[in-house]
Amino acid sequence: MTPLLDACGLTVELPTAAGWVRPVNEVSLSIAAGESLGLVGESGSGKTMLALALMGLLPAGARVGGEAWLGQKATGAGEPKRASEKSALGSGVPAGKDLCALKEREWRAVRGGEIAMVFQEPMTSLNPVMRIGAQIEEAIRAHESGLTEKDVKKRAVEALERAAVTEPGIRAQQFPHQLSGGLRQRAMIAMALAAGPRLLVADEPTTALDVTVQKQILDLLDRLRRELRLGLLFITHDLGVVAQVADRVAVMYAGRIIEEGPTLEVLAAPRHPYTQGLLKASPTLERGKLSPIPGSVPQLTALPPGCAFEPRCSLRRADCVTAVPELRRAEASHTARCVLVQ
Amino acid sequence: MANDRTASLTGDPSAALSPSEILLEARELRKSYRRGGGVFSNSAKGPRFTAVDGVTLAVKGGETFAVVGESGCGKTTLARMLLRLIEPDSGSLRFEGRDLLRLSGSALRAERRQMQMVFQDPFASLDPRMRVGEIVGEPLAIHHAELRQTEKQERTAAILERVGLGADALKRYPHEFSGGQRQRIGIARALILRPKLVVADEPVSALDVSVGAQVLLLLKELQTEFGLTYLFISHSLPVVAQVATRIAVMRAGRFVEVGLADQVLQEPKDAYTRELLGAVPALPCRWSGS
Repeated sequence: MTPLLDACGLTVELPTAAGWVRPVNEVSLSIAAGESLGLVGESGSGKTMLALALMGLLPAGARVGGEAWLGQKATGAGEPKRASEKSALGSGVPAGKDLCALKEREWRAVRGGEIAMVFQEPMTSLNPVMRIGAQIEEAIRAHESGLTEKDVKKRAVEALERAAVTEPGIRAQQFPHQLSGGLRQRAMIAMALAAGPRLLVADEPTTALDVTVQKQILDLLDRLRRELRLGLLFITHDLGVVAQVADRVAVMYAGRIIEEGPTLEVLAAPRHPYTQGLLKASPTLERGKLSPIPGSVPQLTALPPGCAFEPRCSLRRADCVTAVPELRRAEASHTARCVLVQ
Repeated sequence: MANDRTASLTGDPSAALSPSEILLEARELRKSYRRGGGVFSNSAKGPRFTAVDGVTLAVKGGETFAVVGESGCGKTTLARMLLRLIEPDSGSLRFEGRDLLRLSGSALRAERRQMQMVFQDPFASLDPRMRVGEIVGEPLAIHHAELRQTEKQERTAAILERVGLGADALKRYPHEFSGGQRQRIGIARALILRPKLVVADEPVSALDVSVGAQVLLLLKELQTEFGLTYLFISHSLPVVAQVATRIAVMRAGRFVEVGLADQVLQEPKDAYTRELLGAVPALPCRWSGS
C-alpha cells in the first residue's frame, strides 16, 4: 500500500553565525491514510522544524534536502513531478508530489488543501478581530471556487459541528476571545479540516490546555482520524499523550530519529537509552520513581562526533564516539539508533 | 458551618497539628476582582469574579504542601496572597503565629526574608540586563546590607555551586543559560537568604521532561538540606505526586479536597479529584529499566 506521506532523508539546514546547522537531519518516516504517528522530542530536537518543512513554512533562508512524497512517489523519471500535474487526479492513481521540490505558488494548493496544521496555542493562531465562522469560510474559499456564499457558510458550520462544537451556528458568529481554550482548539481543528486535507499535522495541540480538556481534544482527534481516514502526525513532548493517540511513535533527539516503532512496543520495551531515560524522567502518578537524565540537550552548533546522546548516556561504549550509529532493527518494525541493539 | 468546613478541609494530619508545628496558617482567605472592564471600560461597579473563595490551610514546617488545580482555579492568586504580594479582601494569615496582615514596613520586610518564591517562567523572571551574580546576590544586598562585599560574593558563589552552577556563572547573563539552568538561578536567588518557606509556582512546567525531573529532585534535596517548607503550586497531578506531602485540590477558588498525598492520589474522596486523576494520560506499562 502506498503511504500517504513518505519522507526519505529529509534534512533542514538553517544559517547561523556559527555556520549551517541541521535542526532536521536525514529524517525518514511514513504515514498511511488513517494512521497516526507520534513524534516525540524535547525542545531543540527538531520536531517543530520538521512539521514546518512538511507545511512549507520554514523560515526564510532555510535549505531543504531529501524527499518527502505526498501520495504516489514518482519513479523512473529523473525530474520529480510537480503539483501542476494535479490533472492526474481521478485517473486511478493520484499523482504524488515531492514536498521538498514545491514552489511557493504550488504550496498554496497543498497547504490547507492536502496538509493542514493545528498549532499549540489557539489564541495566537486565530485572528482576534475576525469571527470564527468567517475564518473557516476563508479556508474553504481558498481551496474551492464555485461555491455560493450560502454553501460556504453552510460548510463552515458543518466543519464546526464535525469538531464537536456545540451550537455551531452561534459559535460561528463569535470572536476567538469569547470561546474557552478547548473550544478555540476545536475551532482550529474545524478550520484545519474544512478544506478536506488528507494529512493533519498537530504540533503540541493540547499542551496549553487543562488535562480534562486535553482528554476531550485527544478523543476528538482520534475520532476524526478514523472517520475521515486522515493521516495524523502528532507532535508532543508528553509520552503519556503519545500512548493515547499514536499507532506508531518516532523519538527525535538533536535532529535525528533515534527510535521508531509501534507505540506500545516502544513505550513498554524501549531500546534506545534516551527513550529509556525519557520514560524514567516523565512524572506519573506513581511516587518515588522519578529519575532524571543528567546534562542537557546538545547545541546544534556543537554536536558530538558520534551518537548525539553519548555525553549523557550511562551505557556509553568506546565506539559510541567514532560515528553516528545507523538505525538498527530491534524487532520486526522497531528500530533504534544505538550500537547496543544487536 | 464555617467551622465544620474548616475542620474537614484542613485535612489530616494538620487537624492534629500543634500550633508550634504550623509554619503558615491561613483562614478563610478571600479575593475578588471586578469582572470584565479593563482599560476601556467605564463601569467602575459591576459583577465581581471571586478568584479565591474562602481558603483555609495550615502548612506544617518541613512539609511540601501542594495546591493543584486547572487554569483559573485561583491557585496563583492564593500563592501570592500567602506571601502578601496581593492583599486579601478578608481572612487571616499567620506566619509562625505572627499576624502577617497587620505588618508593614520593616516588620513585613523581616518576615519576607523568611518567605521566598520560585516562578514558573525562568525566561521572564530574570532581569536580562543583570549578571547572574547580581541577580542571585540582590536579596543579600537588600536584606543584609551590613555584610562585606567579599562575604556577599562568597555566599552567592556557594549557593550557585549548590544548585549545580559553577563559579563562572557569576559574570554571565541569563540569556547564556538554558531553561533548566535559569530555573536553578531562580532557585539560588530564592534560597540565598536561607528562608523557611519557599512558594514554588509551577516551577517545572516550562521545562523539558528530562530537565524538569532534575529540578524536581534538586528541590527535594534542598528541602532536606536546608530544612525548607514548600508550598508547591501546579496544574499537574503527576508532577505534584513526585514532591507533595499533602495535596489540596482547588477548583473555582475553593479547596475541594485536602489530604495526605498517598490518600488523595489513591483514594480520592471528591468527584472532581477523581476526574482530574482520570484525565491524566497513562503510560501503557511502566518500563522499569533493567
